Amino acid sequence: MTWEIVVGIETHAQLRTRSKIFSGASTAFGADPNAQACAVDVALPGVLPVLNQAAVELAIRFGLAVGATINRRSVFARKNYFYPDLPKGYQISQYELPIVQGGTVPIALPEGEKRIALTRAHLEEDAGKSLHEDFHGMSGIDLNRAGTPLLEIVSEPDMRGAREAVAYARALHALVVWIGVCDGNMQEGSFRCDANVSVRRTGADAYGTRCEIKNLNSFRFMERAIEYEARRQIAILEDGGRIDQETRLYDPERDETRSMRSKEEAHDYRYFPDPDLLPLVVREENIERIRAAMPELPIQRLQRFTQTFALSPATAAIVTSSRATADYFEQATAGASAEAAQQTANWIAVNTNAKLNERGIGIEECPVGPRQLRELIARLIDGTLSAKLAKEVDDAMWAGEGSADEIIERRGLKQISDVGALEKVVDEVLAANARQVEDYRAGKQKAFNSLVGQVMKATRGKANPAQVNEILRRRLG
Amino acid sequence: MSLSKDEVDRIARLARLAVRPEESAAVIERLNRVLGMIETMRAVDTRQVEPMAHALDVVQRLRADEVTEVDQHVLFQSIAPAVERDLYLVPKVIE
Amino acid sequence: MLNATVAELSSALAARQVSSVELAQLFLERIDRLNGSLNAFITVDAERALEQARRADAQRAGNAVVGPLTGVPIAHKDIYCTKGMRTTCGSRMLENFVSPYDAHVIERLESAGTVTLGKTNMDEFAMGSSNETSYYGPVRNCWNRGCVPGGSSGGSAVAVAARMAPAATGTDTGGSIRQPAALTGTCGLKPTYGLVSRYGMIAFASSLDQGGPMARSAQDLALLLNAMAGFDRRDSTSVERAPEDYARMLDLSLDGLRIGVPEQFFGEGLDADVRARVEEALHWFLAQGARRVPLRLPNAELALPVYYVLAPAEASSNLSRYDGVRYGHRATEYEDLLDMYVRSRTEGFGEEVKRRILVGTYVLSHGYYDAYYLQAQKLRRLIAQDFVQAYRDCDVILGPTTPTTAFALGSKVDDPLQMYLNDIYTIPAPLAGLPALSIPCGFDAQGLPVGLQLTGNYFAEARLLGIAQRYQLATDWHLRVPREAPL
Repeated sequence: MTWEIVVGIETHAQLRTRSKIFSGASTAFGADPNAQACAVDVALPGVLPVLNQAAVELAIRFGLAVGATINRRSVFARKNYFYPDLPKGYQISQYELPIVQGGTVPIALPEGEKRIALTRAHLEEDAGKSLHEDFHGMSGIDLNRAGTPLLEIVSEPDMRGAREAVAYARALHALVVWIGVCDGNMQEGSFRCDANVSVRRTGADAYGTRCEIKNLNSFRFMERAIEYEARRQIAILEDGGRIDQETRLYDPERDETRSMRSKEEAHDYRYFPDPDLLPLVVREENIERIRAAMPELPIQRLQRFTQTFALSPATAAIVTSSRATADYFEQATAGASAEAAQQTANWIAVNTNAKLNERGIGIEECPVGPRQLRELIARLIDGTLSAKLAKEVDDAMWAGEGSADEIIERRGLKQISDVGALEKVVDEVLAANARQVEDYRAGKQKAFNSLVGQVMKATRGKANPAQVNEILRRRLG
Repeated sequence: MSLSKDEVDRIARLARLAVRPEESAAVIERLNRVLGMIETMRAVDTRQVEPMAHALDVVQRLRADEVTEVDQHVLFQSIAPAVERDLYLVPKVIE
Repeated sequence: MLNATVAELSSALAARQVSSVELAQLFLERIDRLNGSLNAFITVDAERALEQARRADAQRAGNAVVGPLTGVPIAHKDIYCTKGMRTTCGSRMLENFVSPYDAHVIERLESAGTVTLGKTNMDEFAMGSSNETSYYGPVRNCWNRGCVPGGSSGGSAVAVAARMAPAATGTDTGGSIRQPAALTGTCGLKPTYGLVSRYGMIAFASSLDQGGPMARSAQDLALLLNAMAGFDRRDSTSVERAPEDYARMLDLSLDGLRIGVPEQFFGEGLDADVRARVEEALHWFLAQGARRVPLRLPNAELALPVYYVLAPAEASSNLSRYDGVRYGHRATEYEDLLDMYVRSRTEGFGEEVKRRILVGTYVLSHGYYDAYYLQAQKLRRLIAQDFVQAYRDCDVILGPTTPTTAFALGSKVDDPLQMYLNDIYTIPAPLAGLPALSIPCGFDAQGLPVGLQLTGNYFAEARLLGIAQRYQLATDWHLRVPREAPL
């Protein structure tokens, strides 16, 4: 009997605004405690919320990017519960009428593309932070984060297993960063996921009872947490037990999830429309303005690259994995041939990404700019550089030694493609290696390779390998 | 309808209030009188009526995304019951 | 001078017959003399008042362009946040709350040059109709100290009635300006919802709360409203309208005025003396050429239950911020976080506030929302629609402000329903968001004042004030001096 793992993801993406969703306090990260908690954020008696226009527009931008319905009228509600990091005793959120409804996020899987359906995305405010370090048995509350605008993006339970869940989370992360609604910084909490995990017998129609796992602040943890949770649930069910619907916390140190009993106590949020905020009405012309300013989306760009340059889907996916990478690729290939573009894409996928990963930097900070790469690829294509030499030039460019042409010139790395010069070297090699010549003529193919190697050695690797092959064959006829 | 002591205790817990045992009977009795009065509106047929959440039929105004607030935590925390290192102190939060 | 209206004080100040400092001292002395027995003020800050008065005098002396309120003393209901000054909202919860900021109303009135005498007593968090729920003790009615002054703005009403201040601010959620005005023989206006910013006005029920003036004449109400009303971008429900002069219709003709008289406001429970005085006032209007339009407000009877669902629901949420974490009362002993919350709130709130929090929590809680809260919101629309329908046939609606005159202290504290019934005529207007005012129209057999309520269409404040002004030019009920606060 096999099991199917069903996952739905709720994501809190912090919207890229300067000020908070309902107050004029800054959202900048890293301020001193409570320095960015203004009267509204501290919930002084008598203060009132006023909605930030940018938060609304970013939510709409997201909705358009996922092909969702933008509700022309949405409503803010209060979610009531007591917690020391929640200064008003309620969180302002959207409940019955969210601003964004529906939509899909495509994810690339080895077996092909899958579209994950979204239930909704709604605007809400973040809470503050409880610092659990000990203040003589007390906790400290920092309200700087309170009131930070969030877009809560809720997916349908469309993912089957941890791998798909992570693919979705990555695709969503890339998308929100791509369209500029979120900075995507997971360490700073700008992009946080909770996973709803359940299991059912393969082929069953009904969903199993789900558990919500919180605190998944990296894709790696998400994968491990879902895998652990699925194993836990399957073990219970196979033992004849049943799953309690509950919220669980992932503990990366122990690699397990555990129940959050303290928050379970009597969930009754008493949602009702916030009387301090009026219905949010979105006008058609605003939607059109936001649509017009929308950057080309990853999927559109991927299709364009695939068509224009005949890139393989896998390579196209790599160069569109982020907007910065796609921009880089675009600049490196402006007006280039399909061949040059393919070479560029492969170069980015293999060489550039490896070096970026090694240094732990993003492509925006790559010391080799797109124009420099463009020059390098051009030298590769016109035969000036062999693949091996190109790598050497690339290393030098990363070390800041200048442009490809400068390095080729300075180091004398130019590939020898002059037929006369190569013939001379070949003749010398043949004269000095009579045995290999005999072996080759006796039918030993290996001897031919050895002769090529000798020519390359004699030219210190600069000989054009294709030409060397050709001349050798002619001479050995 | 009339609330039992258990129901009143549940509501009080949600509201973070305590009803002292010696007052419990009087509190429940008065609460039920109020709820009894409220009950009279439930009989009206309102199936065709749109709920009215605000006194006026207007829509939300939006604020430009500008930082307009300055750091006032010293002033705000001067009236706080317990503060240390710029943080509001509360009994240990257990997650 | 103590007996002068705001308009008269304004003229005297302009004519240099009196200085602002002299006026402030005069009223501060009066407060000193009477507050011990009437308990109308929770906080009096003489230094602050005199400082403001000196500034007002300096402005006049410097021939700066000054408004009509420059140098006029005023009292503020202790629900308005006043920077650097204690703001208690009548609650133990905020006993030591020194507000770090000013309410919009305070900003506007102070920039208009008024002098803040102090903060007036009120029912705790504005929940009450008798001022007996105040943690700072009940306010006493200056017409009879054994009687309540009404609530929740009872302190402001008595401050004005007893000539401890020429005018005061109040707030009205279900009648909290009009009902105490009626019970103390003063005038009070609840403006159209959204006209006066709620920023810095401590919230009770946000969709109903509205600040307004309390004074001794309709003309004074207009002068104060001119300063109080105005768009405020910090309040999302503040309406953006061109500024208007609310005193512009004070010479309105009553000829042909269509006065709606709803039968629901003259039904069972209305005291005979109150009915008689209100009908006398109606006849005076009819004698001036006004026309009586019989009305039905069929859903008005539902206003009380609807209000007691909506207001407590909003209040239960609005009062969640009082948790002893950032300001306000925190219990001295507690076992853990939950216990700290429960003890701080249980100690910090009084019985009526706790009752309404419980009612509100209940009607919003899972499984009851549709039956109570949603149903109440739907009925609220029916009630509002009744008024919209009514204003097709009439210009103003007339009736009693309260079913009875001031009642004895302690007579209703143990019976919340009896207490709530006091607001039966004042509750419909805020549910609809309409402006309404109360002015004195005579006395009952015990010599207690009776209030006349006029309810107008949306944003019809100027007209309402004009109608009231015509009445006050012909009558002197509003000029009578309370027996127990003689000049």
